[in-house]
Amino acid sequence: MNFKKYVLFGLATAGMLLSFESCKPKGAGNAVSGNAAEKTYVAPGQYDEFYNFASGGFSGQLSVYGLPSGRLLRVIPVFSLDPEKGWGFSEETKPMLETSHGSVPWDDLHHVQLSKTDGDYDGRWVFANANNTPRIARIDLTTFRTAEILELPNSGGNHSSPFITENTEYVVAGTRFSVPMDGEGGDVPINTYKQNFRGTLSFVSVNKDNGNMELAFQIETPGVNYDLSRAGKGVSHGWFFFSTYNTEQANTLLEVNASKNDKDFVLAVNWKKAEEYLKAGKGKKVSNLKYVHNKYDDHTHTATSTLKTETIVLNAEELEGLCYYIPCPKSPHGVDVDPSGEYIVGSGKLAALIPVFSFSKIQKAIAGKQFEGEFGGIPVIKYEAALHGEVEKPGLGPLHTEFDGRGNAITSFFVSSELVKWNIKDLKILDRVPTFYSVGHLMIPGGDTKSPEGKYVVAYNKITKDRFLPTGPELAHSAQIYDISGDKMQLLLDFPTIGEPHYAQAVKAEKVKDRSLKIFKIEENKHPFFTKGENEARVERKGNDVHVYLTTIRSHFAPDNIEGIQQGDNVYFHVTNIEQDWDMPHGFAIKGARNGELLVLPGETQTLKWVPDRIGIFPFYCTDFCSALHQEMQGYIRVSKKGSNVPITYSLGTNQPVEKTN
Amino acid sequence: MKTSNQISLVHRILLILCSVALVVVIFLPIWRIELDAAQYPEGLELQIFSYKLAGQVDIINGLNHYIGMKTLHADDFIEFTVLPYIIGFFALAFFAVAIANKRKYVYLLFIAFLLFGVVAMVDFYVWEYNYGHNLDPNAPIKVPGMAYQPPLIGFKQLLNFGAYSIPDIGGWLFIASGLIIAYCAIQEWRKPKLIKES
Repeated sequence: MNFKKYVLFGLATAGMLLSFESCKPKGAGNAVSGNAAEKTYVAPGQYDEFYNFASGGFSGQLSVYGLPSGRLLRVIPVFSLDPEKGWGFSEETKPMLETSHGSVPWDDLHHVQLSKTDGDYDGRWVFANANNTPRIARIDLTTFRTAEILELPNSGGNHSSPFITENTEYVVAGTRFSVPMDGEGGDVPINTYKQNFRGTLSFVSVNKDNGNMELAFQIETPGVNYDLSRAGKGVSHGWFFFSTYNTEQANTLLEVNASKNDKDFVLAVNWKKAEEYLKAGKGKKVSNLKYVHNKYDDHTHTATSTLKTETIVLNAEELEGLCYYIPCPKSPHGVDVDPSGEYIVGSGKLAALIPVFSFSKIQKAIAGKQFEGEFGGIPVIKYEAALHGEVEKPGLGPLHTEFDGRGNAITSFFVSSELVKWNIKDLKILDRVPTFYSVGHLMIPGGDTKSPEGKYVVAYNKITKDRFLPTGPELAHSAQIYDISGDKMQLLLDFPTIGEPHYAQAVKAEKVKDRSLKIFKIEENKHPFFTKGENEARVERKGNDVHVYLTTIRSHFAPDNIEGIQQGDNVYFHVTNIEQDWDMPHGFAIKGARNGELLVLPGETQTLKWVPDRIGIFPFYCTDFCSALHQEMQGYIRVSKKGSNVPITYSLGTNQPVEKTN
Repeated sequence: MKTSNQISLVHRILLILCSVALVVVIFLPIWRIELDAAQYPEGLELQIFSYKLAGQVDIINGLNHYIGMKTLHADDFIEFTVLPYIIGFFALAFFAVAIANKRKYVYLLFIAFLLFGVVAMVDFYVWEYNYGHNLDPNAPIKVPGMAYQPPLIGFKQLLNFGAYSIPDIGGWLFIASGLIIAYCAIQEWRKPKLIKES
């Protein structure tokens, strides 16, 4: 029967289609299994186990997540304006964004480093780099606020940064772009890269007591691109390792021209030797520089910006024993040092293997002068002489490696979009898991310390197509957390992130949370425009400048009626929050201010500048819901025309309604 | 055999211990009022010493203005001037009774101490009543019929705040001294009878 034939044919076709469909490899969607939810569930009111400080990439900020929940706890403004917190808008915070180029309201924050003591996190500070206008920032973990920003001279983009030594002796900055040294000599043709462009490595010292940074010295090297770096630790303490690319010294179409050499270099720097040379006066003082140093003071509640002009430069070619190159295949990106300090992993972006170098072999090679030549006057160690071994066929596009503290390494692969776990000693691959999609950095809590907490690994992904609800053409980047406590890595959770998370670090909550500040003590407030209490609240005119000494406490401003302001005056609202109670900031905003708001923390003074552009009555109000009567926390300012004879008056609660007189 | 109007050695030692405890009470918090609310999950605390107020007095005063409650200032209380002397007097009295070694002084001291305890609690109640009821008519928050008198002892909900009023370490030492003098008085009272019967 025809009908029967059709049915049979139809069934056969359907069967064939289904079986083709089942031939296609399974998608990623069902990669989560078992008790994943349980492992990341942090019940309401419970705390996370780790603070995760993740770079905000081109947002210029630092984000703080809880792990394992992935909950966003805070965004700390660092290099970019943040109107939410008044960062860069208040007169006090403006100097933090000063550079030798003037105020730069944005940067690209790539890497974070928690301060270390004895090779482990001490929970005091986080350092972060600005990739565009070269700078290093220090964030104080008692206030979760940026405390210091130091600009770097003789640099063209600070990527290889802010990696630190095991006792936070130095924070380094290797220039991404080699450029001519700062000054008049910089006006050269671009195609004279080989002759004129130099690569500087900045060593910034950190004061043990207060964290203050100073540019201790710079090492001048041949022009290449510096990519990443890590300090030696344990046996290799005293050394620093920098990955380089563009050893071809190309100045155009780097995509092709900087990928020609089979091997670029890892540069090993003996910084203890550098200190010796410095002491012996072998450095060259350079004093035609311009770079700024910005510091925030928690007592004056004000930042200051200082212009600096000098540093000391050590020349790597002239000073023997300071620097050695180690050949490393195909444009290495990450250069990571294992917890013992003996093994150094170079990840060639375009390489089909991962070389692992041995610190003791490097030392032997240097002692035995096992060099294959030199590059720009610096000895190049023979590849085999430095090599511990190679990880064969690990994946495509290795970028970064972290360590689990159990003798294993986990490397991220951008092109093949996966994490691969392998053993450091025997270099055997143990496990691999996909990431969704195209992981860049990865992070194990304490993964760059002497004692990693090998419980989780987090992948920071560049692409999230189909992972979350679509949000137009631009999608969030993401973090993915995996359980690595067992033999097999197990995906637990995806969560979207702010900006682009490059590197991140995580520290046990206990190391940070108990030192977290609750209020600024009002008796320690040394702000020059501090208002001690409501009875000192006042308005003072000095020519065209008007200073309003304003206080806030639930739920009113003092004063809240101000008259005698004139169009075109420079009005400075110095707002002191006289609360001494935790989690009780008050905001301040005024109509028409071509500026931001203030968010004033208990015991703090912050200043908003306002230039009234017209006559009238201007309201101001508290922007942060402070209490049941927050909506009542408001005031009025009367603006009269220039030269008006309305006197300055101000009051709180005494300016009673006038009865009608006609 | 000793004459029967003397105090037993154990009781005399107990009285001396109470004397020392009462000296210590002068410097310790006697009473505490704990407050918690959704806005203060970590809790606020008012501690009452014999001579001062402690704890988060400024924060509590800041909140009190919403309901028109008077702000708390140690200077407003005559109690903080006289209380250390009264407690000091009792410390001396306990010591003196132990030394004097006369049974009837134990009874007298017990009655005096009990009276002082009652008067102190009445005073505390009146104090709480006044603060809870004498409210500023211009207060932002007015709830008809609502008073904010904290509990004398125990727990009471006052709008969004739960108030929990209990003795603090000094208060417990004070109460212990009261119990010990009561115990001594009763034991001493029973002793002569026992002698007669035997």
